[in-house]
Amino acid sequence: MAHPTQLGFQDAASPVMEELLHFHDHALMIVFMISTLVLYIIVAMVTTKLTNKYILDSQEIEIIWTVLPALILILIALPSLRILYLMDEINDPHLTIKAIGHQWYWSYEYTDYEELGFDSYMVPTQDLASGQFRLLDTDHRMVVPIESPIRMLISAEDVLHSWAVPSLGVKMDAVPGRLNQAAFIASRPGVFYGQCSEICGANQSFMPIVVEAVPLEHFEKWSSLMLEDA
Amino acid sequence: MSDVIEEKLKNYRTAPFDARFPNTNQTRNCFQNYLDFHRCNKALTEKGQDTTPCEWYQRVYKSLCPIGWVQKWNDQLEAGNFPGKI
Repeated sequence: MAHPTQLGFQDAASPVMEELLHFHDHALMIVFMISTLVLYIIVAMVTTKLTNKYILDSQEIEIIWTVLPALILILIALPSLRILYLMDEINDPHLTIKAIGHQWYWSYEYTDYEELGFDSYMVPTQDLASGQFRLLDTDHRMVVPIESPIRMLISAEDVLHSWAVPSLGVKMDAVPGRLNQAAFIASRPGVFYGQCSEICGANQSFMPIVVEAVPLEHFEKWSSLMLEDA
Repeated sequence: MSDVIEEKLKNYRTAPFDARFPNTNQTRNCFQNYLDFHRCNKALTEKGQDTTPCEWYQRVYKSLCPIGWVQKWNDQLEAGNFPGKI
């Protein structure tokens, strides 16, 4: 989850997010180096006493500062396209979960075997138990098994919403009447938080998403319990 | 032939990748399987055959379609104003 004074991304919990994180580090390092170089050159230019009023052209430096940026752009484009195609791969999901946005809560449906559906409301601040996170924790979490490809189908019942979990690298718009597909694999067990990412009214900030990734046996026990309670 | 479909039904995990719907928008995937289930049922019962093969379409649409949509369509079918052609 996010923490105060955080600068970078949240720790990755899925292989795709890991790739995105590393690519971002790579691109940002290039950007920092270029910015530092440019800033240095500006300062050097402004503070030098040397002048030469008769320079007309210079083939060498022109070649360098054309070829080098082209190479840098290729160095950025190749990993970028690699990840783009990686995210577009056909995957064979083990489980399909539907997340449906309402004003102002999410509902989750697991209907591959039985019809399991439940709502997920934010825990109001006055009802927080000790250790729970304000504006992030919900009464029911979306539980998933670890290391299984999951297919998410996102939709909405009323207005536009968006289902986002940064540590899994997922963000997908929830559009009424439309079923949008997103996929992820939870690489490690844990609890991952997200928030509604599309303007949907007064309580957009108060309909968070909590994904709990657990080993398969725990998932099976959880789903049997949820079916009994329903 | 029937044991192939029974194998597939027994080993069903979730709706597999359908090359007819390769993109993000899976709305038609859900609706098409719902239609195909009812059309399959109608066609096979008219011929007096076993409708087990149609269960595949049912499993797929149950996996993909939101419960609310299925209920709405079932109500429309009962009322006779379902917008699709069965």
